Amino acid sequence: MEKLSLKNLAFLNNGPYNLNVDTGGCTGLSGRSGIGKSQLLRAVADVIPHGGECFLKGVASSTIPAPEWRRLVAMVPAESFWWFDTVASHFSSAIENDDSVQMLQRLGFSQDVLGWQISRLSTGERQRLSLVRTLITNPEVLLLDEPTASLDKKMVNVVEQMLDERRTHHKMSCIWVSHDLEQLARVADKVFRVETEGLVEEELL
Amino acid sequence: MNVISLSAFDLSLASVLVLLLAATSFRIGLGLEKRLVISALRMIVQLLLVGMVLKVLFASANLAFVGGMSLCMLLIAGYEVSARQKRKLRGVTGYLISTSSMMVSSFTVTLLALLFMVGVDPWYTPQYAIPLLGMLLGNTMNGVALASDRLTTEMYNQRGVVEQRLLLGQDWQEASGDIRRDCMRTGMIPIINSMAAAGVVSLPGMMTGQILGGSSPLDAVKYQILIMLLIAAGTGFGVVTAIWLISRRLFDDRQRLVLDCLETSKSR
Repeated sequence: MEKLSLKNLAFLNNGPYNLNVDTGGCTGLSGRSGIGKSQLLRAVADVIPHGGECFLKGVASSTIPAPEWRRLVAMVPAESFWWFDTVASHFSSAIENDDSVQMLQRLGFSQDVLGWQISRLSTGERQRLSLVRTLITNPEVLLLDEPTASLDKKMVNVVEQMLDERRTHHKMSCIWVSHDLEQLARVADKVFRVETEGLVEEELL
Repeated sequence: MNVISLSAFDLSLASVLVLLLAATSFRIGLGLEKRLVISALRMIVQLLLVGMVLKVLFASANLAFVGGMSLCMLLIAGYEVSARQKRKLRGVTGYLISTSSMMVSSFTVTLLALLFMVGVDPWYTPQYAIPLLGMLLGNTMNGVALASDRLTTEMYNQRGVVEQRLLLGQDWQEASGDIRRDCMRTGMIPIINSMAAAGVVSLPGMMTGQILGGSSPLDAVKYQILIMLLIAAGTGFGVVTAIWLISRRLFDDRQRLVLDCLETSKSR
């Protein structure tokens, strides 16, 4: 059953893009840099103007208030931004529950990470925390832009595994953008190459 | 008691001081002499002109004249506010927003003061209406211009943060809340500071003028208090209006941050 579908999605000089992502499914997107992979995700999250329409379980994005759509179809950008001084102030109170604490632990953080100063965080730490920040809001669809780009091999495994469990247990769907075709072959059930005029299905290895 | 009238000779003595400064600027290579002289000349001509206009205006005390003059002042103030911004909104929108904010900050406040506080009859008596409006426009302009300029600049510089907050499902008000509050503070702090310093550090110009003109210091002080309170209120509400109107324009109907409505910054 399909959860997210893109119908003739177009922005700037790109598109139209058509894509269906199944419930609990993961679609991988690759393509040369600068082709507009991140922009495509941003169009799906509806933070840039676009033509066409996205549907979540058959409901058009234009019929859902924009902030709610972005909570349901949540994007984790390649570069995360932080605006308060401490880690904790960027998280909703949901960070206190067991599930979130366990998530932080698996990603290599101790409980006191919440009190840390943002300026002290490394790029990799920011990337992992940014993922947690979005996951605790329980999105229906997760849009991932190079989510493991600045992580070491061990952490890449943890992230891949964690997201896989989310898909199985929470029926969360993903669109996963990566340059690494081997990674996409591991995590995605379908992989497409993003071209200016549309998507081309890639043969999985 | 009547104020001692200044002769042309008195004023030329004062202008010799500025010319001396210009000569000094030339000697030490500041390069400011041309601008200094031109600005001084502009000031003299503009004030002489407005003096003549006011003379005619005061003699007639006609509502249409007073209204026309006020409108001119408002439109120029609106232009000044939008011209001072580094990243303006494209087209006439920026100008309309500045003018509306100045309308709130000065026009409405002056009207309230004339009708309910000063209570002069008729309420549009130009001797009261024009100087009051002028004081309010001149003084609230800074706050409104400062806040507006800061808002567009900050939204541009912090677009990553704003977009990140939108991506986390915050609505536009929450996503831009910290920036908007910060800009409002920037616009209001100068007047708050100058209220705190009034009388202790600085003797405000209007009060000084009235005392020189022969009013009793207490009367002068009461007017100064009225003016300061009006400027504070006007600046505050003008800033809030400007920030609200501009930030509304920076987000579209799907609450996306749209920065292409800003002019590209000229390198300075």
